[in-house]
Amino acid sequence: MKLILALPCGFLALFFFYPLAAILQTSFAAGNARGALEIFTDDYYARVLLFTVVQAALSTALTLIAALPAAYIFARYAFRGAGILRALTTIPFLMPTIVVATAFSALFGPRGSVNLTLMQLFQLDQPPIQILNTLAIILLAHTFYNFTIVLRVVGGFWANLDPQIENAARVLGANRARAFWHVTLPLLAPAIVAAALLVFIFDFTSFGVVLILGGSRLATLEVEIYRQTVNLFNLPIAAALSLTQLGCTFALTIVYTRLQTRLARPLRLRPQAIVRHKLQHARERFFVGLYLAAMLLFLMTPLVSVIAASFENGFSYYVELFINRRDSITFVPPIEAVRNSLFFASATIGLAVSLGLLAAYAIAGKNRAAKILDPIFMLPLGTSAVTLGFGFIIALDQPPLNLRTSIWLVPIAHTLVAFPFVVRSILPILRSIQPRLREAAQVLGASPARVWREIDLPIITRAVIIGAVFAFTVSMGEFGATALVARPELPTIPIAIYRFLGQPGLINFGQALALSTILMCVSAAGIVAMERLRLDEAEF
Amino acid sequence: MFKLKLFALAALALIALVLSAVEGCAPAPIATPTGPRELVVMTHDSFAASDSVIKEFESANNAKIKILKAGDAGAALNKAILAKNNPLADAFYGVDNTFLSRALKESIFDAYKPASASKIPAEFVLDSEFRATPVDYGDVCLNYDRAYFQKKNLAPPQTLDNLIKPAYKSLTVVENPATSSPGLAFLLATVGSFGKDKYLDYWKALRANDVLVTEGWEDAYYAKSSWGGKGGDRPIVVSYATSPAAEVFFSNGKLTEPPTGNVIGEGVCFRQVEFVGVLKGAKNPDLARRFVDFMLSTKFQEDIPAQMFVFPVLPDAKLPDFYKFAETAKKPAIVSPTDIDANRDAWIKAWTEVVLR
Repeated sequence: MKLILALPCGFLALFFFYPLAAILQTSFAAGNARGALEIFTDDYYARVLLFTVVQAALSTALTLIAALPAAYIFARYAFRGAGILRALTTIPFLMPTIVVATAFSALFGPRGSVNLTLMQLFQLDQPPIQILNTLAIILLAHTFYNFTIVLRVVGGFWANLDPQIENAARVLGANRARAFWHVTLPLLAPAIVAAALLVFIFDFTSFGVVLILGGSRLATLEVEIYRQTVNLFNLPIAAALSLTQLGCTFALTIVYTRLQTRLARPLRLRPQAIVRHKLQHARERFFVGLYLAAMLLFLMTPLVSVIAASFENGFSYYVELFINRRDSITFVPPIEAVRNSLFFASATIGLAVSLGLLAAYAIAGKNRAAKILDPIFMLPLGTSAVTLGFGFIIALDQPPLNLRTSIWLVPIAHTLVAFPFVVRSILPILRSIQPRLREAAQVLGASPARVWREIDLPIITRAVIIGAVFAFTVSMGEFGATALVARPELPTIPIAIYRFLGQPGLINFGQALALSTILMCVSAAGIVAMERLRLDEAEF
Repeated sequence: MFKLKLFALAALALIALVLSAVEGCAPAPIATPTGPRELVVMTHDSFAASDSVIKEFESANNAKIKILKAGDAGAALNKAILAKNNPLADAFYGVDNTFLSRALKESIFDAYKPASASKIPAEFVLDSEFRATPVDYGDVCLNYDRAYFQKKNLAPPQTLDNLIKPAYKSLTVVENPATSSPGLAFLLATVGSFGKDKYLDYWKALRANDVLVTEGWEDAYYAKSSWGGKGGDRPIVVSYATSPAAEVFFSNGKLTEPPTGNVIGEGVCFRQVEFVGVLKGAKNPDLARRFVDFMLSTKFQEDIPAQMFVFPVLPDAKLPDFYKFAETAKKPAIVSPTDIDANRDAWIKAWTEVVLR
């Protein structure tokens, strides 16, 4: 057990706690540390904290409401194209915020297509929909981005939940709603809580969405930390805010961990083939169809508008991507950007999945170490990217850890974000494996390795793949990469997109959209391919 | 047992990763008489240069240039400051006059006066000791949508005061000075034009006239302007005086006239000057000094306009043809670097109170 713990803990100690401690120490040592007390006296910071919590809570609730039906549908119904559809719901998660912002503007902006259509239809002088720079758009955007977390974490668990339990309740006289409320929901609770926690932390530390879509009037803690660090270079205040953010994440995760260990129970998990059934009645088909149509409309319209705009001049923006017109050293051939992205994504998957699997096993039991470690494993998600990035600079500057400008810093940073996802994806299912199954196998003479291969592996394979898909998406979307010391010379697709959007002109805009389309296609293909992975026939 | 196996596998993977990582960042090979030395240049994300120009420096100096992009101008400088005891690079390019004092106060640079220093116009030499050497400059000003004003039969704005008139209500987008470099420059333009006591009154009026604030230039230009992307309706945006030229250059070859015009009247613009310097503790200070010289050579200076869309500081550097659409302000607003450094944070804070809260 100790050996299993050593790797994930060592990784976090080296690449998370050490840099974090270093930057916090430097920050408080630099200049006027007492100035940091300002965050307690100036009620502005209290308002920022309040807003951060409120918007995150609302966003999480909205995301759960929107995505839980999807989790149900994908878990319980077998229908054609389900795999591709589910892969598509992941795409928003990895889109660069500025691209989504331009897409939202193209749709809902004052001269966006929705407003123009409405104005023409109803003969209006003013655009009727004005949601840019409001709380509403922040909530919408967070739901748009994090939909897939709920769908995957809850849906993955639901897909193995024995429908017989609910059926039994029905047979015993409970109506549909009662059976769901009293039987299915409690059984699902661990997965729902896990998903809610991930979504909440993501919204809580939201940066780009709040900054760009929310407009400058609304600020989260993360936004304030960035301003204090980069623009005002007021490190003591930034550090104090970082600690506040970290403390909130930690407190929340402790509550969650307590809840989780109480909620989780061993279950009779079933293979998906048994759980799923075809759409039978016309009514079933109608409602599932209606929901999926609404889901696609919500998640895909912004993406489709990006794709459509990228083809506005035929293929000319795509052709342009391959030409280095200005003989520029910053030119990145698209194939190279794709290759770099896939390289970092593979490294992230390897790191995050192996570490996450070990960590999940180490804390799956209800021992005391698990109680402390579980929340600690979630901390990287709640940490300000810019704080950690600055920590890398002062902490990782001596051999043998002189990683400041190493290309490995990229997958390491991505792993810090992806690792909690892997743990959260695997843990609920790991905790519900019936101990009796393993015991029975042992009694029948199976070696521990065989027990793992025959019992654990088939059951957790799906969860591991879900974790891997998260790692892939996190890396393809380049979370927190801007915070890194200095980009190594391997620009990824999102980096290339940002480069184009940094200069004026139609061709730059068009090329950014073309690359965004490529990002969507490559990612969707990668996700579909990963989900097709099957270890053996007995897989769940 | 199975746990051990899993552990061993993961351990191997991790060790392999760490090993290759350590190998990947081993100290640069010590210069041999034949092998090229590595010159590391730390800079912001917008740095660009022609491949052939960089190659020319490399072959002339038996060097290999490694560019480290470290975020936007502010983030890159702060990283250089944090790393000053163990610098990440030999030279740093891209600190501008709004942040120059911070760089000098933290003394991250060693002084080096390049050979062509005398050719640089005095207005750009903001550090007489040449710890930071000016390389290029550009004016942050207002871009306007020419088609919009033609259609509305409204005169494009000429001055800052125009923007607070009722006729120009709800037309302007500015970037937040707390998060954006052109945003800060425009705030400084108002400070320079109206004075430290009056600039906030101007912003109050601008807010009353429904100015829109965005986080960064990309969002302002591509999501809010009436020409850059789609869906936006604001015909006046704080941008660069070279943006109209870039619009022509990056126009699919269809445009011969830019869709936008510049407002460059007296005091509307703020001039950003960008500097390069040799970092204290550089591993190859001699190469870094030669790179500073190189950035002021005709070759590099003439490469700047089409790569980074700013003007070279040397007046005799030739500009590309399409720069006839790029302009410079005759009388930009002036605020000195020391003044900026002393008040930057207070101005931003006051601005935030007045415009955002």
